Amino acid sequence: MPSLPMVANLPKGPHYGALAEFATPHELYVACEKVRDAGYTRWDAHTPFPVHGLDRAMGMRRSPMPFIVLGMALIGAAGGFALQYWVHSIEYPLTISGKPTFAWPAYVPITFELGILFGALGAVFGMFGLNQLPMHWHPLFNSSPFEKVTDDRFFISIESWDPKFDAERTRQFLQGLGSRRVELVASE
Amino acid sequence: MPPSDAVALDNPVDRRPELILRSPTFAAITDAVAEPLEKPTPIGWWFFFLPAVGLLGLLGVAVSWLFWEGIGIWGLNVPVGWAWDITNFVFWVGIGHAGTLISAILFLLRQRWRTSINRAAEAMTIFAVMCALLFPGIHVGRVWVAYWMFPLPNQMGTWPNFRSPLLWDVFAVSVYGTVSALFWYVGLIPDLATMRDRSKTTVRRLVYGLFALGWRGSNRHWQHYESAYLLLAAMSTPLVLSVHSIVSMDFAVSQLPGWHTTIFPPYFVAGAIFSGFAMVITLMVICRTAFKLEHIITLRHFDYMAKVILLTGSMVGYAYGMEFFTAWYSGNPYEMFTFTNRALGPYAWAYWTMVSCNVFFPQVFWFRKARTSIPILFVMSILVNIGMWFERFVIIVTSLHRGFLPSSWGYFTPTIWDVSCLLGSFGLFFTMFCLFVRFVPMVATAEVKTVLPQADPHHVPKGAHAGFGAGQAEA
Repeated sequence: MPSLPMVANLPKGPHYGALAEFATPHELYVACEKVRDAGYTRWDAHTPFPVHGLDRAMGMRRSPMPFIVLGMALIGAAGGFALQYWVHSIEYPLTISGKPTFAWPAYVPITFELGILFGALGAVFGMFGLNQLPMHWHPLFNSSPFEKVTDDRFFISIESWDPKFDAERTRQFLQGLGSRRVELVASE
Repeated sequence: MPPSDAVALDNPVDRRPELILRSPTFAAITDAVAEPLEKPTPIGWWFFFLPAVGLLGLLGVAVSWLFWEGIGIWGLNVPVGWAWDITNFVFWVGIGHAGTLISAILFLLRQRWRTSINRAAEAMTIFAVMCALLFPGIHVGRVWVAYWMFPLPNQMGTWPNFRSPLLWDVFAVSVYGTVSALFWYVGLIPDLATMRDRSKTTVRRLVYGLFALGWRGSNRHWQHYESAYLLLAAMSTPLVLSVHSIVSMDFAVSQLPGWHTTIFPPYFVAGAIFSGFAMVITLMVICRTAFKLEHIITLRHFDYMAKVILLTGSMVGYAYGMEFFTAWYSGNPYEMFTFTNRALGPYAWAYWTMVSCNVFFPQVFWFRKARTSIPILFVMSILVNIGMWFERFVIIVTSLHRGFLPSSWGYFTPTIWDVSCLLGSFGLFFTMFCLFVRFVPMVATAEVKTVLPQADPHHVPKGAHAGFGAGQAEA
C-alpha cells in the first residue's frame, strides 16, 4: 500500500505532482479506474465525502484498522481486569459485605468499559497514525481550486515521484480522462 | 420537480423517497450549513444564549455555596439521602443516550436518515454527559477528595472497591463521555476542513484549520477514516447499552424495595432513549427553524423520531406495569407496600405526573398528523422530558422515603439550592449548545452529501438514465 511520506521527507523537485479536477463522483470513479489500469502507484483521489466503491476503483487494499482496534481493546480489557485483580487480591485485600476478594463476575463491567475505552482510543489515534494526521501543511494546499475539495469538487493527484510520472505526458493523460482542469502543483 | 414534504412522506412505494428535499447540489448543502456560521451573530441567538449564561451563573453560585457549606443546603434528610442530585444525574445521562443511538446504532443499521441529525444529537450527548458528571462529582460532600473514586494511590493507602456498582458507574460514565467526544470529533474533521477552506478571515482559517488537522479529503485517508468510524460505532453500541444498565445497577444491586429488581437495566435503557429522543426533537425544532434547515431536517425525520418515542414510551409503560405485577406476585409485603405507596402515597402526584407524561400523552403519536405536526412534537417533547425527570425522582425518592422502619419515615422537600442546581445544569447544557450551533457545523455536511442521489458513482446525471434523479446534475 503506497502511503504518503511525511512532508519533511517529500522528494525534492519543482512539482509535487499533477492535479486534475472532476465535476462528479461518476467522472472521478471512471477516471480512477483508468489511472489504476495505467499502472500509476503513487497517486490519490480527493473527495468532499467518501465515494462508495472508490477504494476498489483505485485498487486499494483493505484498511488494517480492525486489527489495531482489536489489539487495543484486548490490552484495555486485560489491563482493566489485572488492575482489579491486583487491587483486591494483592495490594489491598479487604472483605466488604462478605464478598470474596477475587470476585471476578463483579470485575466484568469495568473490564468491558476499559476494553471499549482503549479500543476507541486505538481507532482514533490509529486512524491519525495511518493517515499521518495532523499534517497542517501539504503541497496540495498550494492549489487554489483544491479549496473546493471540501465542498463539491473531486480531484486526482499523481505524485511526481511515481515511476511513470512525466510532467507533460501525465498532464495529457489526465486531460484525456475528462478532467476539466489539470495543473502542476508546486512542491514548495 | 422538487418533491414537497407531503409527497416525500406519502410516496415510499414507487421509489425510495429522497431524504433531503428540494434536490440540492453538493455546494448548496455546504452553503446551507456553513453560511449561518459566517454571518454576523443573529439577534435571536442572544435570546437563547444570555438566559442560558445567566442560569450557568446560578449554577456557579449554587455549587460554590454547596462546596462552602456542604450538602446540607439541599433538602436531603435521613431516610432520603439521595434526591435531586442523583435524579439529575440519571436524567442527564439518559438524555445523552439518544445521541449515541442515532450516531452509532442507526449507523450500524444503515438508517441513512440519521445523517441530518446525528451531529447535533452527538453534541447533545456530550453536553448532557457534562451535566451528568457534575452531579456525582458535587454530591460527595468533600469534593476535594473526589479523586478517591479513581484507582489512584492516595494518602490513606486505600483503593476503591471494584465490586461496587457505584464504582462501575464512575468508569462507565467517564468512558462514555470520552468515547462520545472522540466519536463526535472524528465525525467533525471533514466539516472543519470545509469551514477552513471557506474562511474569509485569517483567524477563522487558523482556528478551523488547527482542528481540521490538515484534512485534504484523500481517499487513502477516507478509507481508514471510514473504518475507524464504523469501529467506533460498533463499540459505542454496546457501550451505550452498558452505561445505562450500570447506572440502573446503582439501584438494582441494593436491597431496597423499589430498587432491587432485575427489570431495571432494559427499562432504564428504554427510558434513556425515550427521553433523549424527546430532547433531540426539542432542539431540532428550534434549530431547523432558526437556521432554515427545513429541507435537511425534514418532517420525515420527526416522523421517525416520534415513532421511536412511541415505541420506547410503550416499553417504559410496560415496565411500570410489570413492576406492580412483580411486587404483587412476589408476595413480599415490603415490596407490595412500596408500590402501593408509590401510586397512592404522599408522592402520588409525582407518580401520576410521570405516568401521564411518559405513557398516556405519547399515545398521540399513533397518528401521523401528530408525528408531523411541529407544535404537537414540540409540546410532547417537553412533556416527555418532564415525565422522565419525574421517573427518576419517583424511583429514587419514593423508594427511600418509607423504608422498612416506619419510625424513620420522612418526606423530601427541595430547597432553593436543589432548584438552583437543576436549573443551573440546564444553563450549562444550553450555553454549550448555543456555542455549538454558533461555531461548529451543526449538520454533518460530508455525510449528508453521501445520501444525495448524485453521490452514487454510478449515477449518470445527463441523458441515458433519465427518470430517477434526473436533472440533479451540477453545473
